[in-house]
Amino acid sequence: MSRVFRSPVGVSAAALLAAVLLLAVFAPVLWADRAATIDTTQILQGQSAQHWAGTDSLGRDIFFRVLVATRLSVQLAIMATAVGVLIGLLLGAAPLLIGARAGRWVTAAVNIAVAFPGLLLALFFAVIFGVGMRGAVLAIGFAVAPSFARLTHTLVSTVADRDYVHAARIAGVGRLRVLARHVLPNVGEPLVVNATVAAGGALLAFAGLSFLGLGVQAPQYDWGRLLGEGLNGIYVHPLAALAPGIAVVVAGLAFSLFGEAAARAIGLRTVLSREPAATSQPEPAQPMSAADVVLAVERLRISFGPVSPVRDVGFTVGRGESVGIVGESGSGKSLTALAIAQLIEEPGRVSADRIEFLGQDLRSAKEHRRLLGLSLAMVFQDPMTSLNPTHRVGRQLAEVAEQHQGLGRAQALARAVDRLRAVHLTEPERRARQYPHELSGGMRQRAMIGMGLMGSPALIIADEPTTALDVTVQAQVLALLQEIRASDGVALMLISHDISVVRQVCDRVLVMYAGRIVEDLRTADLAAARHPYTRALLAAVPDLDTDRGKPLTVIPGRAADPAQLPPGCAFAPRCPLADSACVASDPPLAVDPGGHRVACWHADREVSR
Amino acid sequence: MHRFAIRRAGRLLVSLWVVITAAFGMIHLIPGDPVRAALGPTAPAELVQARRAALGLDDPLWLQYLNYLHHLVTGEFGSSTLSGLPVAQVISDRLPATIELALASFVLAILISVPLGLAMAVATRNGRRRPAELAFTSASAVLAALPEFLVAVGLVYVFSVTLGWAPVAGRSGPDSYVLPVIALAIGPAAVLARIVRVETLAVLQADYIRTARAKRLPSRLIYLRHALPNALTATITLGGLILGGLIAGTVLVENVFAWPGLGSTIVSSILAKDYPVVQGIVLIYGIGVLLINLVVDIALALLDPRSTIRKS
Repeated sequence: MSRVFRSPVGVSAAALLAAVLLLAVFAPVLWADRAATIDTTQILQGQSAQHWAGTDSLGRDIFFRVLVATRLSVQLAIMATAVGVLIGLLLGAAPLLIGARAGRWVTAAVNIAVAFPGLLLALFFAVIFGVGMRGAVLAIGFAVAPSFARLTHTLVSTVADRDYVHAARIAGVGRLRVLARHVLPNVGEPLVVNATVAAGGALLAFAGLSFLGLGVQAPQYDWGRLLGEGLNGIYVHPLAALAPGIAVVVAGLAFSLFGEAAARAIGLRTVLSREPAATSQPEPAQPMSAADVVLAVERLRISFGPVSPVRDVGFTVGRGESVGIVGESGSGKSLTALAIAQLIEEPGRVSADRIEFLGQDLRSAKEHRRLLGLSLAMVFQDPMTSLNPTHRVGRQLAEVAEQHQGLGRAQALARAVDRLRAVHLTEPERRARQYPHELSGGMRQRAMIGMGLMGSPALIIADEPTTALDVTVQAQVLALLQEIRASDGVALMLISHDISVVRQVCDRVLVMYAGRIVEDLRTADLAAARHPYTRALLAAVPDLDTDRGKPLTVIPGRAADPAQLPPGCAFAPRCPLADSACVASDPPLAVDPGGHRVACWHADREVSR
Repeated sequence: MHRFAIRRAGRLLVSLWVVITAAFGMIHLIPGDPVRAALGPTAPAELVQARRAALGLDDPLWLQYLNYLHHLVTGEFGSSTLSGLPVAQVISDRLPATIELALASFVLAILISVPLGLAMAVATRNGRRRPAELAFTSASAVLAALPEFLVAVGLVYVFSVTLGWAPVAGRSGPDSYVLPVIALAIGPAAVLARIVRVETLAVLQADYIRTARAKRLPSRLIYLRHALPNALTATITLGGLILGGLIAGTVLVENVFAWPGLGSTIVSSILAKDYPVVQGIVLIYGIGVLLINLVVDIALALLDPRSTIRKS
């Protein structure tokens, strides 16, 4: 609980709660007489120096009545909460106490009761227990009980199966004793915290019942009763209603905020935050004749605050060319792809000397929407999560045509069906009417590819398109991508952590490490790879000649963390060839006459194993 | 889908039976003689006896229960012990006012919370505009924590007493709706706006939003067509709870504004120990909550095509 006091909210809530509790203890002792003094010469007076909040219909001082009412209001709220917690505990632990079978009925009843708003339950029980203080305490207690029962049930079921509980039961310990000695201590903290929040709610509910005349009866008074009495004269004397109202709000907040601060401190509620997708990207390849260039990238850099997971990446992709980007996760492959597609969102920042797609400079954030929408296709890793679960597959394809080709709804849908047929989906009309979850993984990925074909793409960027699929389906999807490329002269950028996939499909390979391109070579030349990292990647792929008696080859060490790059070459800490030169400075990406680029001080040197 | 419908209907029937039985049992759980309590200690014994016989309270419990069920089927709820009016008539007189109030508040809460939550999510995504986020989360937390009857009293003070813009009580012209509806809507609107924002923030991180952006759809379509339906599925579940809570809220708000609905009637009937009326209204409230839960499940099934599968 001491953790509560580390947050400013926790500290102020605790202070507020302490003040309320102090007032509850001392106010009646100090001011009960002044609150009860009847002064018929001062009936229904407004605010004055003598009566800070005026007087009521018997001339009693409202300010002191509100202070004195603290005790009864808080006391009743705590009593009602205690009743609720106790009943809730018994109901929630019912499966443990009376056996699983009978307990199931109790749980079912609790589940029905939870669906009803607390105040309605309180009204119901107020009828049964009768109007008045005792009846209201029981009514609110019973109304609180179902949600507590459910909480207890959830907590207890996680503990009840633990070994020490079984051991205790086998040892013949009675059921109540098991509950009290072995289960409750392990679920106590969240229960106490929730009880504190519930006490705030009970305080408000009690004020409600008393306000309605169902709770505290005259001559006793709590805040709700004062509020109800004050409301009648709100035109003449608004403070009589406002003062107890404010007291209720402050005290209710004190309990609830303290409880919630405590809950946060013990980690009861998980904060809904997701990490930004940390992905990796490839670097650009070599220049070629301008007319045939689909994509040209120079000195691309992507930063998230001080960290730059992609640095100085440059390459070109020719018409109909297929370029693979390989690297471990975190190498910057996927980020590079997203940056080219203009899909990096804040807080990420993209800078580049050049990002040109079909001759258009994408860095000027003007109207490239249509160009990108029709000519650049994206295929993502997980087709289950990449298609919107709430829309039919056909609609998701059709909206591309509606948006960028000005087709009407029916025409766009017809085109979508046609594209689904083009990616060899069986029964395309039916598929178009289905939702993503009704398709298999392979079918979904085909639909994603079909979505990219709604326009007339010049480049397909496929980011790990087969990673989430079965092996046989992988081969089919790769074959489909190959087929599209061959028939329409579409360029393909295939991002993968699997160098053997890239080797099958691509003409050229960019190897990325720690946000840089470390090697750029033709797939055919892979056997003559010059960078030690590329060679290590290739060595890690088992083939038919691999001696199965030996452990698989691995690259030692961990992939570099872009937030903490080592000095010099980022691969140096894992490189068998590294020497002082590698630590001293990062090698440039040097081109040889054949267009093969490599960034290594010791390219070509034999690695001794 | 059929299995889902059958299961759902089964659950509804069980809950309905529980509600009916609770309404029946309520009278019998009251300690002492409810008729004596209603008529007061000075009432002659013959009158109590006659009233007991008229209410069938001397029959065996199982017979009373069967009679009760039978009466319900024929729309017979008994008569008010106070006014002698049939309970069915009391309810049909008062129910429309309450439904108007609850529905208007719910619609207002939705109209405020969905656009607001969505806009706040878009504005504060990926940690943008921290001050706006802080202002929104604290303001909505305070508004959500205020009980409706206190909001109502505050509104009466500001708009009726101080500014004189709205009538203080009653149900007459359109302006008499303004304050009660706002008083009921503010809390739910604040809660819902928070939920919509959190859900939308989560949805904006989803892969299919990236796909929508890759399709180069305009932001309007990305947020409204692709993000909103997904954010709403979670919102609807909680929205149903909130609408249920709104029914409870009407009880208090009706009493603040002397609104001639079920809420003010049930409170005066409880105080007057007019049990047939209380019993009838409790039943109506219970059925109301069940209907809301049903509507929520249907809405979920329509909006999220996967939900029917998840449940079967």
